[in-house]
Amino acid sequence: MVPEIGHFALILALCIAIVQGVVSIAGAQLGVKSWIAIAKPAAQAQLLFVATAFGCLMYAFIQNDFSVAYVAMQSNSMLPVIYRISGIWGGHEGSMLLWVMFLAVWTGAVAKFSRNLPDDMIARVIGIMGLVSVGFYLFILFTSNPFDRLLPPAVDGRDLNPLLQDPGLVIHPPMLYMGYVGFSVAFAFSIAALLSGRLDAAWARWSRPWTTVAWMFLTVGIGLGSWWAYYELGWGGWWFWDPVENASFMPWLMGTALVHSLAVTEKRGSFKNWTVLLAIFAFSLSLLGTFLVRSGVLTSVHAFATDPERGVFILILLLITIGTSLALFAWRAPKVGMGGKFQLVSRETFLLANNVVLVVAAAAVLLGTLYPLLLDALGMGKISVGPPYFNAVFVPLMAPAVFLMAIGPITRWKQASVPDLVSRLKWAAVIAIIMAVVTPFLMGEWGWLRPLGFGLAFWVMSAVVIALVERVQKVKQPGNFFSKMIGLPNSFLGMCVAHFGVSVFIIGVTMVSSYQVEKDMRMEVGDTVSMGGYVFQFNGVSKVKGPNYNANRGHVKVTKNGNVVTNLYPEKREYLVQTMPMTEAAIDTGLFRDLYVSLGEPVSGGAWSVRIYYKPFVDWIWGGCLVMAFGGFLAITDRRYRLVSKKQQDEQAVKDREEGEGVAAHKVATSEK
Amino acid sequence: MRVKLKLIILLLSFIVSIHAAGVLAKEAEPLAADPEMEKRVNAITAELRCLVCQNQTIADSHAALAVDLKNQVRQMVGSGKTQDQIVDYMVKRYGDFVRYRPPVKPTTYLLWAGPFILLVVGVVLLISNLRKRKQIIVDAPLSADENDRLQSLLGADATVAGKNSGGEVKPS
Amino acid sequence: MSRNLRFLIPLVIFFVVAGFLYKGLSLNPREVPSPFINKPAPDFALQKLDNMSEQFSNKDMLGKVWLLNVWASWCVACRQEHPLLVQMARRGEVPIYGLNYKDAPSQAKQWLKQHGNPYELSAVDYQGNVGIDYGVYGVPETFVIDKRGIIRHKVIGPITPGILNECVMPLVKMLEQEDPQVTPVEYKGVEGCA
Repeated sequence: MVPEIGHFALILALCIAIVQGVVSIAGAQLGVKSWIAIAKPAAQAQLLFVATAFGCLMYAFIQNDFSVAYVAMQSNSMLPVIYRISGIWGGHEGSMLLWVMFLAVWTGAVAKFSRNLPDDMIARVIGIMGLVSVGFYLFILFTSNPFDRLLPPAVDGRDLNPLLQDPGLVIHPPMLYMGYVGFSVAFAFSIAALLSGRLDAAWARWSRPWTTVAWMFLTVGIGLGSWWAYYELGWGGWWFWDPVENASFMPWLMGTALVHSLAVTEKRGSFKNWTVLLAIFAFSLSLLGTFLVRSGVLTSVHAFATDPERGVFILILLLITIGTSLALFAWRAPKVGMGGKFQLVSRETFLLANNVVLVVAAAAVLLGTLYPLLLDALGMGKISVGPPYFNAVFVPLMAPAVFLMAIGPITRWKQASVPDLVSRLKWAAVIAIIMAVVTPFLMGEWGWLRPLGFGLAFWVMSAVVIALVERVQKVKQPGNFFSKMIGLPNSFLGMCVAHFGVSVFIIGVTMVSSYQVEKDMRMEVGDTVSMGGYVFQFNGVSKVKGPNYNANRGHVKVTKNGNVVTNLYPEKREYLVQTMPMTEAAIDTGLFRDLYVSLGEPVSGGAWSVRIYYKPFVDWIWGGCLVMAFGGFLAITDRRYRLVSKKQQDEQAVKDREEGEGVAAHKVATSEK
Repeated sequence: MRVKLKLIILLLSFIVSIHAAGVLAKEAEPLAADPEMEKRVNAITAELRCLVCQNQTIADSHAALAVDLKNQVRQMVGSGKTQDQIVDYMVKRYGDFVRYRPPVKPTTYLLWAGPFILLVVGVVLLISNLRKRKQIIVDAPLSADENDRLQSLLGADATVAGKNSGGEVKPS
Repeated sequence: MSRNLRFLIPLVIFFVVAGFLYKGLSLNPREVPSPFINKPAPDFALQKLDNMSEQFSNKDMLGKVWLLNVWASWCVACRQEHPLLVQMARRGEVPIYGLNYKDAPSQAKQWLKQHGNPYELSAVDYQGNVGIDYGVYGVPETFVIDKRGIIRHKVIGPITPGILNECVMPLVKMLEQEDPQVTPVEYKGVEGCA
């Protein structure tokens, strides 16, 4: 009964989405107030119904209703409850339902938090999001219905893939989807602006916080995915440039470019067309990702049940959504004004240079991901494009962007002088060069990648500190450094934190890829291995029973200078239903290093093969992602987004602009001696 | 007499077992016969694709064919073959598909050169675009009314002129 | 006007990409084509399954058109195509030789007794080295080899009646017509074999 309610709720949600999409947009274009007024209530109703559908599916999972085909495929009566819930999005149909529910959540959020936007604008935005939802509802109802019945019902389910029976599954996909789907808001704002012909700085100001939030979620989602792969898959790596990983990374790169471009458009009214195009691209890449994962076009360890028929449907969805948006762009963009003037050396230029690099990087990832398909489709043979290619291409591409990241924030809008920048950044350069040389020297090994990584990371870190110090020094009110810093606008602090997060990330990556130690040992009971100052002692293997698996559990005692640091218990599990053997690595997480032990196979003489890693600074990789995301969070809690009245918002917007230029004005007036 | 003998045997076996434990708790041996060579084997196989699972390298995969191929590589490294020779061996049998680092040949020139060409194109477009903007954009001053409105909003004495939501700043 | 046309560039690029994606839906990214097509079959000499004291080599087959079928008793998919192979052997259209891949000879013999033996003989590739030499990555696989010892086609996976009728048999018939003394300018294929 409950699955049928869920199914029906989904159909109702589709109907409401159709009304929401068609009527709201028509109302906005034609100026019919009653039609415009439908937008918000429709969004709320749609959210209610799709959430009901999701709730029904969750009920079916928790109650072990194996008459629902999807539940029978994904779950099992022995599966712990938390994985019965997260198993909802472990497979294709359920994850699509999660997608479309999040789309409704974002639409509802836009409906709620946009009191200060003109009604027709809001109606358009909600309408466009409604139309996108319609496409996905149709896809789900026609090709991927999670409520399909299995009759006669299965006696028990086929169990969730053991690799997914992990806390990572509980939060990684939801975070990721919040990000992907969140870019639909920026997309909808862009299309709404193109439709209304009203493409101005105000539009950028409205879009910016929504984009930043989506970007934040995506950053966390990707970071979580990487961390999960690291500790779950047992091979110690954290990024494989797998097509599905790339499918999440490309929207992130585009989204980062978009966040920066919106800053230019908001502050100076320039490059509106480019920003709109970026918003379309970012969401298009999200949609493309959906296609790549589910169509069977590329092989990936992440791919859901690959089905070319579903692939055709999604491709049509892509054609309609992206095709019409790009066509609309081609039609409307020529008429849009160019905005404010600025010099070749200015913050605008650096931000746009950042855009160029990020977009080229995203294009490079896309090229590498699709190239095998390209050659195969042209009958030119089959190749593989893997980590060696991406690492060789991506790092040199991103280096300029990271370099500019230090300069941009302290550059004035409109006009800046190179000698001035050089003098302000000279200490950053000095620190960067010193650290670039000293750190590899201390760690013992060189190569060109290490100085580059450390140099760039400390360059950015120092520049962030310089930017903070300069800004604090301009604060006229009394107070100590710390209180003045806290009083700075959150958008500025957010930017500093986010950039700082990037350098933390770079340090993590450089350290672990350059200085990681790995040993593959044959260990008998009592044997020891020394690594990184630690002594690892193997104390044998015992048999244990989990809720739905049997395991061989090893015991490794880790000591340093005779003191026990930790006891690690790596496991080799065999799950009862899917009989898949799985390695569960044991990790001791530390601020400056991870100790990673994974149990191999039993070898001759009662010994076991054990793999031990010493990974310096590896957690700085995901720590860096968290810091970046926190920067985004700070940026959206900026005072101007918390202002209630329109008058206050206008005043603040003007103040911000004046602040950006007024500082320049005073400098121009006073420093030009 | 018998009791004494038993005690001596017990004591002796106790002493022997302690020594044995001391002998057994030792430094573990590497799994591979030759760890240095193994590093090279891993470096080479990390760039080769497992054809069975297709989403792992031969270095990491546990599939039977992957293990066989890794052994083959180990043998070849041991007999002094270079990385190029080993990769060629694999490509001869499985095609370019087995290489995770795509070869540089006419069909992949676009792949390898593409990103850098795009970067150059992007930078050139950016600079030429910025130069053109400077020539095209003319700042229009605000009218007296608009200026008054602005003053009342700002409450500051800097005169801000320009209609394009950000124009030139004239120091007063 | 031409200034406005450049706003169409993103749309055009998108359509090109979409075109490739559409084409991709009909392709199989997991299939690894053989680099040996139209190249000489690698030489090997292996023991015969039914008489371990004798050897069999691909060179024994020069002058004849034949199939080399890679199989094993542990291979589940082989059971799918095996009845078809037995039928083909009964009809005697083309000689089928087996490559028993990474299998225990006793279990292999047992399996043939149970499921029928379509092979003129089977060669024992116990270590799987000949398989590697031929680029075998899954079982079953079948090679179509011509009179000059050149591999002309490889079937990946079980042979189905469709593959047999549209590709293998027409190809075999064409190869039978070829003169082993004459070196062809280019190797012709058969339409049914994509």
